[in-house]
Amino acid sequence: MKGNRSDQTVRLDLRKVREALERRTGRDYWRSLEEVLETEEAQDYLRHEFPAEADTFADPVGRRQFLRLMGASLAFAGATACVVQPEERIVPHVRAPEQLVPGRALYFASCVSAFGFAQGLLVESHDGRPTKIEGNPNHPASLGAATAFAQASVLDLYDPDRLQTIQYRGRIRTWTQLAAALETEFERFRLAGGKGLRILTGTVTSPTLGDQLLRLSENFPEARWVQYEPVSFDHVRAGRRAAFGQNVHSYSRLEHADVVFSLDADFLTFGPAALADTRAFSAKRRIRSPESQMNRLYAVESSPSLTGAMADHYKATTSRAVSRAAVALARNLGIQGLPDVDSPVPWLEAAARDLQNHSGRCLVLAGESQPPAIHALTHLMNERLASLGSVVVVTDPVEARPELQMHSLGELTREMRDGEVEALLILGGNPAFDAPADLEFAAALEQVPFRLHLTLLENETSRGCQWIVSQSHYLESWSDLRAFDGTASIVQPLIEPLYRSRSAHDLLKVPLNETGQSDYELVRQVWRRQWGEEDFERRWRRALHDGWIEGSALPVRQLSVDADAVLAAVARVDLEGEALELNLRPDPTVFDGRYANNAWLQELPKPLTKLTWDNALLASPALAERLGLSNDDLVEIAAGDRRVEAPVWIQPGHAPDSLTLYFGYGRSVAGRVGQGTGFDAYPIRTTATPWSIPEVSIKRTGRRRRLVSTQHHYSMEGRRLVRSGSLEEFRRNPDFVSQLAPEMPEKYDLYPNWNYPGYAWGMTIDLNSCTGCNACVAACQAENNIPVVGKEQVASGREMHWIRIDRYFEGSVDEPAVFHQPIPCMHCEQAPCEPVCPVAATVHSDEGLNDMVYNRCVGTRYCSNNCPYKVRRFNFLLYSDWATPSLKLQRNPNVTVRSRGVMEKCTYCVQRISAARIQASLEDRKIRDGEIRTACQQTCPADAIVFGDINDPNSRVSRLKASPLNYGLLTELNTRPRTTYLAKLKNPNPEATTE
Amino acid sequence: MAQLFNRSANALAKVTLIVGFLAAAGGAWASYEFYHSPYMTRVDLVREQPVMFSHKHHVEGLGIDCRYCHTSVEVSSSAGIPSTHTCMSCHSQVWVDAPILEPVRASYRENLPLEWIRVNDLPDFVYFDHSIHVGKGIGCTTCHGPIDQMPLVRQVHNLSMKWCLDCHRNPEAFVRPREEVFNVNWQPPADQLEMGGRLVQEYGIETKTYCSACHR
Repeated sequence: MKGNRSDQTVRLDLRKVREALERRTGRDYWRSLEEVLETEEAQDYLRHEFPAEADTFADPVGRRQFLRLMGASLAFAGATACVVQPEERIVPHVRAPEQLVPGRALYFASCVSAFGFAQGLLVESHDGRPTKIEGNPNHPASLGAATAFAQASVLDLYDPDRLQTIQYRGRIRTWTQLAAALETEFERFRLAGGKGLRILTGTVTSPTLGDQLLRLSENFPEARWVQYEPVSFDHVRAGRRAAFGQNVHSYSRLEHADVVFSLDADFLTFGPAALADTRAFSAKRRIRSPESQMNRLYAVESSPSLTGAMADHYKATTSRAVSRAAVALARNLGIQGLPDVDSPVPWLEAAARDLQNHSGRCLVLAGESQPPAIHALTHLMNERLASLGSVVVVTDPVEARPELQMHSLGELTREMRDGEVEALLILGGNPAFDAPADLEFAAALEQVPFRLHLTLLENETSRGCQWIVSQSHYLESWSDLRAFDGTASIVQPLIEPLYRSRSAHDLLKVPLNETGQSDYELVRQVWRRQWGEEDFERRWRRALHDGWIEGSALPVRQLSVDADAVLAAVARVDLEGEALELNLRPDPTVFDGRYANNAWLQELPKPLTKLTWDNALLASPALAERLGLSNDDLVEIAAGDRRVEAPVWIQPGHAPDSLTLYFGYGRSVAGRVGQGTGFDAYPIRTTATPWSIPEVSIKRTGRRRRLVSTQHHYSMEGRRLVRSGSLEEFRRNPDFVSQLAPEMPEKYDLYPNWNYPGYAWGMTIDLNSCTGCNACVAACQAENNIPVVGKEQVASGREMHWIRIDRYFEGSVDEPAVFHQPIPCMHCEQAPCEPVCPVAATVHSDEGLNDMVYNRCVGTRYCSNNCPYKVRRFNFLLYSDWATPSLKLQRNPNVTVRSRGVMEKCTYCVQRISAARIQASLEDRKIRDGEIRTACQQTCPADAIVFGDINDPNSRVSRLKASPLNYGLLTELNTRPRTTYLAKLKNPNPEATTE
Repeated sequence: MAQLFNRSANALAKVTLIVGFLAAAGGAWASYEFYHSPYMTRVDLVREQPVMFSHKHHVEGLGIDCRYCHTSVEVSSSAGIPSTHTCMSCHSQVWVDAPILEPVRASYRENLPLEWIRVNDLPDFVYFDHSIHVGKGIGCTTCHGPIDQMPLVRQVHNLSMKWCLDCHRNPEAFVRPREEVFNVNWQPPADQLEMGGRLVQEYGIETKTYCSACHR
């Protein structure tokens, strides 16, 4: 039996990696450095599907940790098959609510906050329990898609660690007691005009909350309201102000952009418009025939992102060099008066010409990490490129009050330290954990006499407050929010608060003397003022039904860029510097730390590293080689006298002179899931350098910390799994994809063919539009009651996700191309899993699905052994939480909750197929094309997944399968997979490649 | 070397083999019988309910249609159990003081639901849908038996997978005209198979026998 993985990790010799790669010829994909090097460890993974098999059973610590994580006892109902079925009760309503039909789901429109902005949702409700989040197809910031964060937010509602009561110094208090205490405070403030009263919130776009806060400022003129979020878009805001001379908001319309130049802008995953941007961007990358047109993306990045992975031309460099590239690009676009800089990007001139050739249909974007002056410069470039007003539009601010949050928080902390703050109400957030380290917020907080924190879960900030107020989840409370274009939506609750919780509106009602009013009335009042009495009810009902308010988008303003101000701002930017740089970014799955206790997000493999349950310091192979670093090595990074200890993860394609550190992990007060995962990176983040620290030193500690990545698991041994080419190549030779197919052996069918007189379900996944954003994985987890297993189990290759996203690299280790490939079950026509099952627990359905029958499965795992795609998942232990009552409420009642010893896998969401089949059959018709959407398809922001009937030649999926780009995985095995892929195409600029 | 075994050992070995085989077969048969016995399947077991509700009285005696109480049977997987409010729509007028109805009144008064014991209980890994069966001409009594003759509801069939498949493999033997679905007195005509075959065509009945039709 093999030992623990960390014991035998082989230290990487990166020189050997290079040599190994140079030996390979042609189009070569590799999944991880270890695999390229063919280390003992990687080879071991290839040989053993489930390495270190006996470990977890023998290791009491791992087992105990697992138990603690799941919060479940192992009192499994083992022998129920041999006893009489336990008696079940039916509990009907006393008075049945209108519209509620037992057994049928209802859908309600609501919205979730992303970066403070609205993302429209349709929330599925079973018997009054919200169970599943979907995007709202009519909402401009969703367009039917939802992010992994939104998908996982339903789990937060049922988090057993949620605060259930109001507390004062650890003792339970009632709302009346709290209101009385607040009343006493505010009585004093009323006399003093609010002097010493401070309120801290996140970014507020809610018209109702904004209204309350602004009225509060009127009633208490000396009081101050401060907004802070660690990912605040301050640079974006300041850049707009510098360019336009006033506070404005801007957003891009990528549907009009044929050429996009990104300067550290991860617009596909980051920001309030990410879903809309992804939809628009990927629509322009969908190639169906050689005549199709395709957009082009240039990206210069200091830290690898999913946007960069989509780029046709990519350059990784330091953050300062990205700024230099911006200046050089502006010079190439003919903007005068800029400093003379060396372009770090070889293809910059060609890109500039490309942009100019697409004047009015192109876009330059800068990321939040770039300094404000560079943001201002991009506005100037867009104006020169005639894209301002068409591809980039400017509106009034969407936030209730725009502000530079880092600065405001600095002011607030100073006042707190100086004893000027007498009462601080913190509405949400976790500043004691995520404020810049130089502010020492937690220490300053202790100087405030009256401290109150409204929060969903107890965290570092609540530990420092006397009053902790349990917050209502957004699915429990009324409010409103604005989206990136200003469109307002009502936040509609789906369930009464599960616990004695309150909203931010509730707390602010106390000083405003409106405690008699419900949140519902408050929100309605704000909109009644907007709309007037007449027609109000009809408009209100419509807003609730549609999930967005018609005509509430902010009008587009025609503004011009103040070129002189921009040039002056750019002149002040320090563009030079060659030292080793550290980039700070929010974690791709737990974000700024707010999702640390969400087990779905913790276990979601990070898109590029495939790490789970941990954050890491990303270093380029070149740097690792220079410093002699290997994966899992603990290093100390120092910037001045601030230090952080972090394990190293070598990331191919990372800029050689910079490092990336993800913050959000290392929470000390988080709950049973988040506690003790990862390390805290905030101590190195300061007000002056929130996104990149220009000079850091790095020192090996000689110790190691085991990181767990899913990237080795289920390796496919370097076969032609991702097929890719350029648009040029495709136009020259439309059949290049099928020519990449390996030689098919002479046709042999041991088993007879199936007949499908009715439907035959199939799926295509367009690799060209897939961004690898993980939304499908989270959606599948929510829809199909998929359990989480914990870090120890992931290390043994036992993660349970039914759809995984494989990530491949092509080319050199320094600048590889990156590919994402979502892998659900292939539902093979000749499925290797079926004939080997001794108990017929996996069988072929009349519609071509590979059915998995849990109640028959005895757990031999032969099927998984025989599956060439490695999509089958086995419940080695009782992974599903059968004990925690609140978690049961989230489960999809139409999918079995699996027990120990049972195999499971993607079913093509067979519960959705059944529901549609029954509905169609009752109406005596065929299922319409597009009527069934699998969970992964429905949430996909890029619309990359298409599902349907392949017996119908006119269905969308059939037409895609007829495309010359269509190919199957491992078809040489004669498995004839139902899930097929559309090859990945890049659209490089021929001028840029020759330069 | 002396013989290890006596000559009679041959007979003993034969007897042991035969008895062993019989014991194994008998054991298998006994456990099969036990597993399908009413004790295990709960067939014909009458259970005490919070209210001694009589289908015989309401259906046979009063002639109330199934759908008056089981409202979602045509549109949902679940047939629906009536809310207390449904009971009270009549019993606020008739038998208002009957002691037997006190739990119903208490439920209505205190806004606490009645808790009924499930009689026809499929295993949790079976996803049965009422609407499609009712919509395709499978009558209530086909599965639930003579409900109009039951003072207290009991389970009539053993609800085993074989029992489901008997119909899914031969729907023409059980299907009836749609207008007769809720008729508790309906009896299959002499030409059931012929009529059934016609109805299967007419209603487009495609009974599924693959696993994911019911298990998922």
